[in-house]
Parts: sequence; structure tokens; C-alpha cells
Amino acid sequence: MTVSGVRASARIVARADGRGGTALPVLEGEGPLALRRTRGSGGEARVMLVGAMSGPLGGDEFAVRAAVESGARLRVGSAAATIALPGQSKGAARYDVRLDVADGAELHWMPEQLISAQGSDLYVTTRVVLGTGARLVLREEQVLGRADEQPGRLTSRLTVCIEGRTLLDQELSCGPGAPSGWDGPAVLGGCRAVGQLVVVRPEFGAGAVAGAVGEGVAIMPLGGPAVLVSAVAADGLRLRRALDEALACLG
Amino acid sequence: MSRAALLMLADGRFPAGGHAHSGGAEAAVKAGRITGAADLEEFCRGRLHTAGLVAASLAAAAVLRVPVRELDAAADARTPSPALRVAARKLGRQLMRAARAAWPSQELDAVAREFPKGAHQPVVLGVVARAAGLGASDAAHCAVYESVSGAAGAVVRLLSLDPFDASGVLARLAPEVDRVADLAVEAGRGAVVEGVGALPAASAPLLEIGAEVHAGWGVRLFAS
Amino acid sequence: MHLDHTHDTTPAALGADARRPDGARRALRIGLGGPVGSGKTATVAALCRALREELSLAVVTNDIYTCEDAEFLLREAVLPPERITAVETGACPHTAIRDDISANLEAVEDLEDEVGPLDLILVESGGDNLTATFSKGLVDAQIFVIDVAGGDDIPRKGGPGVTTADLLVVNKTDLAPYVGSDLDRMAADAKAQRAELPVVFQSLRTGSGVQDVAAWVRAQLAAWTA
Repeated sequence: MTVSGVRASARIVARADGRGGTALPVLEGEGPLALRRTRGSGGEARVMLVGAMSGPLGGDEFAVRAAVESGARLRVGSAAATIALPGQSKGAARYDVRLDVADGAELHWMPEQLISAQGSDLYVTTRVVLGTGARLVLREEQVLGRADEQPGRLTSRLTVCIEGRTLLDQELSCGPGAPSGWDGPAVLGGCRAVGQLVVVRPEFGAGAVAGAVGEGVAIMPLGGPAVLVSAVAADGLRLRRALDEALACLG
Repeated sequence: MSRAALLMLADGRFPAGGHAHSGGAEAAVKAGRITGAADLEEFCRGRLHTAGLVAASLAAAAVLRVPVRELDAAADARTPSPALRVAARKLGRQLMRAARAAWPSQELDAVAREFPKGAHQPVVLGVVARAAGLGASDAAHCAVYESVSGAAGAVVRLLSLDPFDASGVLARLAPEVDRVADLAVEAGRGAVVEGVGALPAASAPLLEIGAEVHAGWGVRLFAS
Repeated sequence: MHLDHTHDTTPAALGADARRPDGARRALRIGLGGPVGSGKTATVAALCRALREELSLAVVTNDIYTCEDAEFLLREAVLPPERITAVETGACPHTAIRDDISANLEAVEDLEDEVGPLDLILVESGGDNLTATFSKGLVDAQIFVIDVAGGDDIPRKGGPGVTTADLLVVNKTDLAPYVGSDLDRMAADAKAQRAELPVVFQSLRTGSGVQDVAAWVRAQLAAWTA
């Protein structure tokens, strides 16, 4: 008997309501990708990803799409960490996120951690497409294994394009079956949490933000109005602290 | 193809600036992440499958005539550390100088003109390989090998590591070097059809973070 | 005639070409090498002070380990910071000035692009051993600096630096009585090694300081621009 995984998708469209606020004409989620609108502030709409089931499991295919239209402001978080678990069906799980931020729009994409549990196999893609003058704060955190557990296989690719130009294209592969050396001194050096923040602000200009550096964390101006904060840490808690501090540095 | 040209291009004595770069090894040694031959081997392995694969894919794609400007932008997107982008362009410029003397060609002159301060080194390497009559596989091998040989040479100087141990590390990695080069050629061919977005983007967070830490030091032996 | 045509279509210079891509004559490049502590940086600083009013000049340093020499020159304020560039040498200073000169060529070309036009660029080597010499692809002439305290047998030992440098400078002559160095013997040995090539004995603390070396540099420059 073949067991096929779950397919689930969620879609958000944020639109300026013409009165300084942001409406959500589309807010569709299902099963493990249920969505809930929460109280926003100022002109910003807020949405929570509420995982109704644990997952993704092996063979599952999740897709999330958010489009922030011109002049709208959206903040998306998640109610809890996402845990990649081994499933009944063979093959990797997929989790594809596509974010479009139109000219002059703003998106804060701040989900909780992705935890790669032992035996899981997940391929995540996050593709962000930004228009002129768009603003973005995107956080991505991966924790390799639950407490005292070996990690699963996890590959994550993050691509950020602005005005048709690819500003950032990075893929990290770790866990059993990943190309060797992933846990060695060039890549993760035994760290069990790794994460990044992408911050795009028109006022950054090309390389205008100075790179600052701490223990296991660097703020790196990209070749456009954007910076990447890259961090590694012993655990998820320390990782979050490092990313929060770096974000505070950016003002 | 000329096998001798390949040997020349891969020779550490080819005057293209590589001797002053450690491939992140100086930062890793200072941080205590490399203390001997075993760590060096794991370090090199990590480089092979990340920076090495990406560099070799760019080089292979350049040999296969994917446009240099697109490859250079793809290299930027795959190199978030500004310190590493600067190092890659410096090395690209230095390689271009040596190559224009060794294998004069209009194509090299054109790229030198378009990028007076240097294009990313792996992209230049691909263009140079073609000018030297070499193929995508040659360029990919060269790029992957450079991604580990520079670090191994630097660690010999930084830790006074036994040079025979360092050579042993490189020899043990040889089959993996070949495999990564093959993957890179595949990826380069893929980029011809699908564009540069199809090129690998394997990243190594500690190499990027370490490069930024290193760039902030007042006292260092290597340029990167 | 399209005078700027050359500029648009000629890529960067390859090596020691006397003309820049725009057709103008480039700056004269003089290398200063020699053992650690012999007074290379002090000589560079003194030369800058002696020549900066009459010439447009810049300095490239090649340190063994740090940017210390560049920082010394900056601290001493002998030149504005944009005229001083440091090149990293990956623990092998002689490689950067002789075997693989690409980083130094880039440094001298960038100085000319960014602060030029320049008359003279001094390229200072990191302190090295007696075999370290500059490539002819990098410099037009080289000065080898030794000092009396390093042992008065250095000229006798010879080596490529002592034997072939366009100018040999024996520095810190004021220390000779204290370290028991025999200046006459050093002069005779140098003469034997170098035949007609010039030797300058100098003390930067006493007498005419760097004036003899400065005069030699002026003569080189006159020949270069002739």
C-alpha cells in the first residue's frame, strides 16, 4: 500500500484599504496551514499561521503564498514552531513559500522556528519578490533536532529578488544524507541552530549599512537596499537572541 | 584541450593572487575551529560542497558561454558577505591580469574592460579556461581544487601543520573533488538552458560570518 | 580624431607597461626591501617628508603580519591616508613582491586611478631575508636597506638584495661605535659585491639624514621622465 502525503496550501492577499489601513481580501488556509487574522496596529494587518496538525511529515507538500499589494502592510507570524517529522510515505516533504511585496508595500514575515526532528526529510523553498521601494523583514530559523536528538535531513533555499534582480540566493543542507562537511568547521561547526534575517529598506541604498559582527552572527549588506543577518548558535534560544540583537542594531 | 594549460592554471605558483587568501582558514584557526589535520579535512570537505560547488558551477557555466554579467550577478547573490565579494573580485582581477599575459585573447580583453575592478574569480576562471583551450570540466576541477588547496596551504603556514599531513588531506579528498566537479559541470549545463537561477547556491554560514569577523581584524596574515 | 577612443577600448595594463591605458606615462615605482628592523619604514617616512613638497607621491606597504607599517606612516602623517595602501601577503612577503605581484600591481594602479596623477610610488616590502628582491614587473628600481646593527658581515655575505639592488642603503651608521661594526669594511665588501652600483651610508638621526637617498630618487625620476 502506498501512502500519499498531505497537500495543503494557504493564501493571503493584503491590500491597502484606502483609509490608511490594510484589508485582507484573501485569507485562505486549510488543515495544517490554518490562518487567523489577529489584531493589527496602525495600518498593518496581522495574520497568524495556526498549525492544526503537526507536520510536515514525509511526503507532505505545503505551499504558502502571500501577496502584499502596493501600499499595504502585513505582518505574519506563527502560533508555534513547525516540526518536520518522519512520515508513513517515502520521500521528502516539501514546504514552499512564495512572498510578493509590491512597490511601496511592507511585509514582516516572522514565523517561529522550524525544527528538524530525527528521521524527517524536508525541502523548504522561500522565494521573495520585491518591487521598488518595498520593505521587508523576513526571519528564518532552523533548529536541528529536538532536545538530545539527531537532526533530520533539511535543505532550505532562500531567494530574494528586487526589481527583477536576484539579490540573495542561498541554500543550506544539513542532517544525515546532506553533502559531507555540513557539521564541520566551515559550515555549522557543531551548532544546532542556524538562522537568518533579511531586511530590505529603500533607505539602505546600495551597501549603505555598515556590516557589524558578533559571536556567531554577522550583519552583511547585500548588493542592493538590503542586509542579511546570518547567525549560528548552540540552540534555538540563543539564536533568537542573536537575531533580535542584530535587528535592534539596524534600528 | 591542452592538459598542460590546465596544470598551469591549477598551479599554486600561477601568479593570480591566491597565495594571500586562506579560504576562511585564518578565521577558523583563530576561532579554534581548526586545530590540526582532522579539522582541516572537515573544513575542506565543507568548503568543497558549498563554496567549491558554487564556484565550480559558475566557472563551468562561463566556459559554456553563459553571459559573464549574469554569472557575476549570480555570484554576488550567492556571496552575502561583503568581505568575500571584495576578495572574489580582487582575485578575479588578478587572475585576469595573469591570464591576459598567458593566453592573450579578445574575449579576455573585453571582460577586463567590462569589469575594470574585477568580476568574481570563478567567473573569470571559466572565461580564462576557454581562452586557454580548456573545457567546462577542466574549469570546474580547477575551481573545486582551488577551493580546498588554498585553505590547506594556509593552514600549513598558520598552524605550522606538517605539510605532508596537509597533502594527505588533499589526496584523501580527491575522489570528492572529482564528484563535485562533475556536479558542477551538470549545473553549468543546466544554467545554459534554465538560466543562472538554476545554479547551486550551497552556503556555509560559518565561512560567511568568519569572513566578516576576519575583515574586522587589525592584525592578519591573509587577505581573506 | 577621437582622443578618448583609446581609453574606451584598451583594458587595464598588464604589468610594468610604462604607459597607462589612457596613454599617459605612469608613475615611477621604486621598491624598498631589506631585513626586518633595518629601517625601511623609517626611510620611506623620511623620503616622503623630503619629497612631498616637490612630487606627487604615494606608498604601498607589504607587511608580514599586519597593517602596522601603513599605520606607522599614517600616524606619522607623512602623507594623507588616501595615498597609503596596505597589501596583505599571506605570510610570504617575498611572494607578493617577486613571484606573484598581482596584488601589488593592483594597489599601485588603483592609487594612480584614485589620487593620481602621481610622479612616484614607493613600494615597501615586508621585512624579509637577504634573498628577497622585487620583480622588474612591479618596480622600476629597487633600494635594499640593511643596517650596521644587523652585523657588519652582511655586505660580505651578499645575496640578491645586497648584490643586485639599484641602491644599497646601510642604515643607522650612528650606531656603529656601539655595536662594533666596521663601516670601512662594510663599504669595501659592498664595493666588492656591487662593483659600480651605488651605496649610501645614512643615519636618519644625525647628519644629512635621508638626503643622499632622496637625491638618488630624484635622479631616477629625471631619467624616467626624460
